[in-house]
Amino acid sequence: MGLEQFKNRNVGTQNYKTLDLDHTPVTGMGQFKQVVSRTFKPELFVGLWVTFREMINALFRGKMHTTQYPFEKLPISPRYRAIHDMLRLLESGHYRCIGCGLCEKICISNCISMDTKYDENQRKEVSEYTINFGRCIFCGYCAEVCPELAIVHGSRYETASEQRASFSLFEDMLTPIDQLNLQQEYQGFGAISPNADENIKKTPLAY
Amino acid sequence: MDATHLPEVTAAGVIIKAVLILAVIAAIAGFGTYIERKILAFMQRRYGPQHVGPYGLLQLAADGIKLFTKEDIIPQHANKIIFAVAPVITAATAFIALAAVPVFPDFTIPFIDVYVPSIASDINVGILFVLGMMAAGLYGPLLAGMAQANKWGIIGSARTAIQFLSYEVVTGLSILAPIMMVGSLSFVDFNDYQADGTWLVVYQPVAFILFLIAGFAETNRTPFDLLEHEAEIISGYVTEYSGMRWGLFFIGEYANMITIGVIASVVFLGGYNDFWIFPGWLMIIGKIAFSFFFMLWVRAAWPHVRPDQLMWLCWKVLMPLAVINVVITGIVIMLVQ
Repeated sequence: MGLEQFKNRNVGTQNYKTLDLDHTPVTGMGQFKQVVSRTFKPELFVGLWVTFREMINALFRGKMHTTQYPFEKLPISPRYRAIHDMLRLLESGHYRCIGCGLCEKICISNCISMDTKYDENQRKEVSEYTINFGRCIFCGYCAEVCPELAIVHGSRYETASEQRASFSLFEDMLTPIDQLNLQQEYQGFGAISPNADENIKKTPLAY
Repeated sequence: MDATHLPEVTAAGVIIKAVLILAVIAAIAGFGTYIERKILAFMQRRYGPQHVGPYGLLQLAADGIKLFTKEDIIPQHANKIIFAVAPVITAATAFIALAAVPVFPDFTIPFIDVYVPSIASDINVGILFVLGMMAAGLYGPLLAGMAQANKWGIIGSARTAIQFLSYEVVTGLSILAPIMMVGSLSFVDFNDYQADGTWLVVYQPVAFILFLIAGFAETNRTPFDLLEHEAEIISGYVTEYSGMRWGLFFIGEYANMITIGVIASVVFLGGYNDFWIFPGWLMIIGKIAFSFFFMLWVRAAWPHVRPDQLMWLCWKVLMPLAVINVVITGIVIMLVQ
């Protein structure tokens, strides 16, 4: 397909259909006819019916639109970048972080700070890991660069708190050991929402 | 009605009834805001108020506390006396109008055997009195808009004036045809005229529709809510009002909605006569409730009109129709007699 139709800037000369609207009547008889036809057209009652039908739908057919937010929440997309989660290995329960420091290095707002040391088995151990959420811009680079899928963006988007330190310590972000079976694996970029099928609907053109 | 059961109109009885009407209608008017929010919400597939009390029923109390405890602000350049009096005019006239409308059939209180005519005062110009009172209620918005030194208020009161001038003609002329048929202005006579089960709407469908349309204009309900249409003139005549003064306007509006419902029921829809197996009191409650629901339904469904469209509608369409209706009714009455 060529680019000609996109380069044509003469708006109104291509691909537009003019609606066949009724013209405003000029004669007295024409106006009278318009008034009569509009008066006896059931358009007003169509409006009444539509609202009544929606009330029946809402009350008796369970088509209420409201999500009662603090009590029920819509699933968020896997692409959403909320407060970070630190994941654990499923087999051993040990945290996945190997202390490579890539996330600290790539962080463009310099909000990740970590400290590592060798433990008794000469393995790297994360002795300190904090994210300053006052600076974090939730760009997602840390999750993207992590070679072990250890730091990912979780689903905690309600970040109002008495102090931001409530989120920022390693232990707070780490999956609790008793909830290891509930740990969500990162779906990857381009993953669709878990309720994507429900969100598909026809374009509402006709009532 | 035999001689032993003549209505005992005593001063105490009238006062009790007046207090009852004031209390019950004020409560229903307040409750009407809850009903309106719920019905509108359902029609838009929402829940409406639901957190204060079961099903949000105590929302009314929460709103009341809020309205009563809000600071009472009178703008600096407002005419303070008129500003303060205007909401009272709306609320008071709405309740005074209810003095002459019958809501229930006459009944006898059991055990103490007191016969109660359930109308506060059956005056022989009932319809004129009620319509006049509701029309006088429009002085509330008119004065409120002009007293508050606010341009939106001025526009609101100007719209009040044109709306008032437009619909009042239609109300009067549309209800004239039923008055000619019944030959009385008393609501009780209207009710008794339909005691055989034939509702006046069967004879006067055009007058009924005209009266309904004018009733929407009279109560500032949606197709004609020009006075305080938020999208155009902020809040119109209530722009500067807050707290309980603002609340009084709306108590008046909801009381007027009930009054219009009662008038439509008694004049056109068979009043409080028994119907099939349903007792009269149930019938009229059902009719008033439906008319209230209909006003909310219309608000959910229809857009509102411009002031010039309202004047066009009232003067060029509805008034000629009402006059033709009156003339035809007169000719038919003349031929039948």
